[in-house]
Amino acid sequence: MLHLIPDKKKPEPTALAWPDLYLKLAEQAQHPLLKTFYQAGCVAPDTPLNQVPFVAMDFETTGLNPQKNGIVSIGLVPFTLERIRCRLSQHWVLDPGKPLNAESVVIHGITHSDIDEAPDLEKILPKLLEALAGRVVVVHHRGIEQPFLSAALKARIGEGVMFPVVDTLELEARLHRGRAVGWWQRLLGKKPVSIRLADSRTRYNLPYYAPHHALTDALASAELLQAQIADRFEPQAQIKTIWH
Amino acid sequence: MEVEQVEIFEYLRRFVPFKSLPEDVLSALSRQVEIAYFKAGSQILEVGDTVTDIYFVRSGAVEIYRRNGELYNRMSEGGLFAYQSLLIKQKVRFPVKAIEDTLIYFLPESVFRELFDQHEEFADFFEVGDQTRLRQAVSRREDTNELLTSKISTLITREPVVMPNTASVQEAAQRMTEEGVSSLLIIQVEANDPAADESTFIGPKASVSGADGSEHTVCGIITDRDLRTRVVSQGLPFDTQVLEIMSQGLVMINSDEYVFEAMLTMLRTNVHHLPILKKGRPIGVVALSDLVRYESRNSLFVVSSIFRQQTVEELAALQTDVQSSFVRMVNEDANSHMIGSAMAVIGRSFKQRLLELAEETFGPPPIPYCFLALGSMARDEQLIVTDQDNAMILDDSFDPELHDGYFKQLAQFVCDGLAACGYSYCTGDVMATNQQWRQPKKVWEQYFTDWIDSPTAESLLNSNIFFDLDGVWGHTEWADQLQGLISRRARRSQRFLACMARNALNRTPPLGFFKTFVMEQDGQHKKSINLKRRGTAPLADLIRVHALAVGSRATNSFDRLNDVIDAGILPPDRGPDLRDAMEFISTVRIRHQALDIEAEQEPDNNIEPENMSHFERRNLKEAFQILSDAQKFLKFRYQPNRAN
Repeated sequence: MLHLIPDKKKPEPTALAWPDLYLKLAEQAQHPLLKTFYQAGCVAPDTPLNQVPFVAMDFETTGLNPQKNGIVSIGLVPFTLERIRCRLSQHWVLDPGKPLNAESVVIHGITHSDIDEAPDLEKILPKLLEALAGRVVVVHHRGIEQPFLSAALKARIGEGVMFPVVDTLELEARLHRGRAVGWWQRLLGKKPVSIRLADSRTRYNLPYYAPHHALTDALASAELLQAQIADRFEPQAQIKTIWH
Repeated sequence: MEVEQVEIFEYLRRFVPFKSLPEDVLSALSRQVEIAYFKAGSQILEVGDTVTDIYFVRSGAVEIYRRNGELYNRMSEGGLFAYQSLLIKQKVRFPVKAIEDTLIYFLPESVFRELFDQHEEFADFFEVGDQTRLRQAVSRREDTNELLTSKISTLITREPVVMPNTASVQEAAQRMTEEGVSSLLIIQVEANDPAADESTFIGPKASVSGADGSEHTVCGIITDRDLRTRVVSQGLPFDTQVLEIMSQGLVMINSDEYVFEAMLTMLRTNVHHLPILKKGRPIGVVALSDLVRYESRNSLFVVSSIFRQQTVEELAALQTDVQSSFVRMVNEDANSHMIGSAMAVIGRSFKQRLLELAEETFGPPPIPYCFLALGSMARDEQLIVTDQDNAMILDDSFDPELHDGYFKQLAQFVCDGLAACGYSYCTGDVMATNQQWRQPKKVWEQYFTDWIDSPTAESLLNSNIFFDLDGVWGHTEWADQLQGLISRRARRSQRFLACMARNALNRTPPLGFFKTFVMEQDGQHKKSINLKRRGTAPLADLIRVHALAVGSRATNSFDRLNDVIDAGILPPDRGPDLRDAMEFISTVRIRHQALDIEAEQEPDNNIEPENMSHFERRNLKEAFQILSDAQKFLKFRYQPNRAN
């Protein structure tokens, strides 16, 4: 899968192919929901950032391995550079289909009793894919949401899903870790800049939000992307410069 | 499906006006919020933009400008803006810029309108001009203690019972029994009673109409106690005329005084029955027992203890009592007018007692004189931190060679005594010890005439101090006469008024507060603000100019303002706005001084924004705005060549 071949230095060659890829995937997809999702299309790589419809997405999971762990909650916050619109946001607590382990419960605070009544991902899939369709997904650390979603779909409907993502963590690394910390600075005790969500937000004077709630984290990433773009990019910059 | 953004909900509920909303309503609101990020330096709103939301600063800071580029306001976290344009459906008039990286929460118009229609407290916040909100703040406070803000007239239960001075004591006692009263007012029906004419009235003279339409002067009062102590115990016959046993030199007060002032008057004069006058006619008598339930532990008995002290040292020892009575009044939510009056009465009592002691020490004065209180004490606006401003009017027969040695000594004694009692020496040397301010009446008249007719920079400053004058001892009527001269002369002198007006603009209020700083109008930050110098003093200056222009003879700023409002020279609503601004700034000043005293710190007039509540910040800012607007009006109204 494309996202598993990260090419940190040159994301463009893969990214360029997204709209065409969507056309092809729309033909190949078996499941009608996936077909509809791809048919909604993907913005052109040269679309200016201020015209891109984004959707920030965050998952809380039972662990870090998409093959072994499941999704316990999903938060979605659609936005544009102009406005984040809370009334369109969505949040689901899900039955992960995998055991909840104590460590993850401590992190996301979703317990057995919370998921007792929770639906399976398949049940909310129409709404989820509808919310993602036609939008560019924004995540903080792209190792989680897309792989987990793809794996969960494969387990349920026999096929995965792929889509371009903007990774605010990667952007932050690009913007603030442009140069590696040299030996001289290491000697001086300089540490690399933290690019965790909360720390990154502080750099842009964004307020502190309590982490590990999928909806709050999605909102936090949406605000962070607005800030990063306001700080370092022209609103006319093309989406291909930041997506994967 | 809408889901709640917990962080937004939790944040909004911390701020006025959202905290007044029911939880479910606020939750629904938080789902409707929209958000955008603005980098420092970027424009958030431009002139002519159409607004479809109200704006709430979630993090960062913004500046709002007037169209001429002048800074209008600066807001940080929790600040709301753009609602004015939304409410009146107008395009943006004041541009807004982010001065830090800023995150804005937007509340869409439809949601806002719904809240506005359905939640009164929420609507109150926005509706109305800021001034009205300030009035609400002031009146809400006053509601909390109506006893202390009641007028004495509310205690009157019946008309006074009146008898002629020729009646017998038995007739008087019978009448009192029939009417169930403990006192009678005695009217003069025979002109051959010289004592009545010599009465020294504290209030204005009173008279009543007889059944035949003739006017009779009230010449005395008798009480239950007088019958006991002056008639029965003395073995006087029952046909003794009341004029022989009545108390003369009636102490009376006007019906619009506060209950609290009536109490002070009783304490000062040691009377237990106080006739209440309305337009010169007695409308009732209030007894000490009526006041007892209002007394509420007020240590205004400080006043009576002042008159019991025998030395300056003993007087100086009362300082802590004065401070604690101040703190107590503040804690009982007395308004600034009452606290100001109480502190002024205490200050006046110190002066009076010191003068008594001085006259005991140096002997009686060789010629009559009048001791004057000036400035805030004369205006009844004295607080706990104050220096002494005083002066002396001497009889026109004054001969420096013969008399000044005495008065110099007297002045020195009083000023030193006041300093010992906590009223520090005046740095501007406005004290009776200064020979310039210890002059015969004719010289004072000349001073005042010169100051009004040919104002100079120096004389204008003097006018600000000396035109607030109050006689505290001796021939106090001279003070009233000087007051009359001022009010007659000043209103006719357009040039003088224009100069006074210009002078009143020297001290401007700050713009407001920003985080832990005071924001000046030029955008500078200061750590603290002197509420007297930047708030109450310029307000008093401004009110004085208007008062002089309308010929008001009042000295208290609130009384002056009433005269000014009655004269109709202010635009509608400006008068009440000014009153509220004065009250609010004074209140904050008073509160912070009380807090200082309670924390055993030296109280002062400075206040640091970090020690202010959200409520105080917000309302102070509005009060400053009112002052600022009023100064602009003053400048406009008293132009040197304008005919009013």
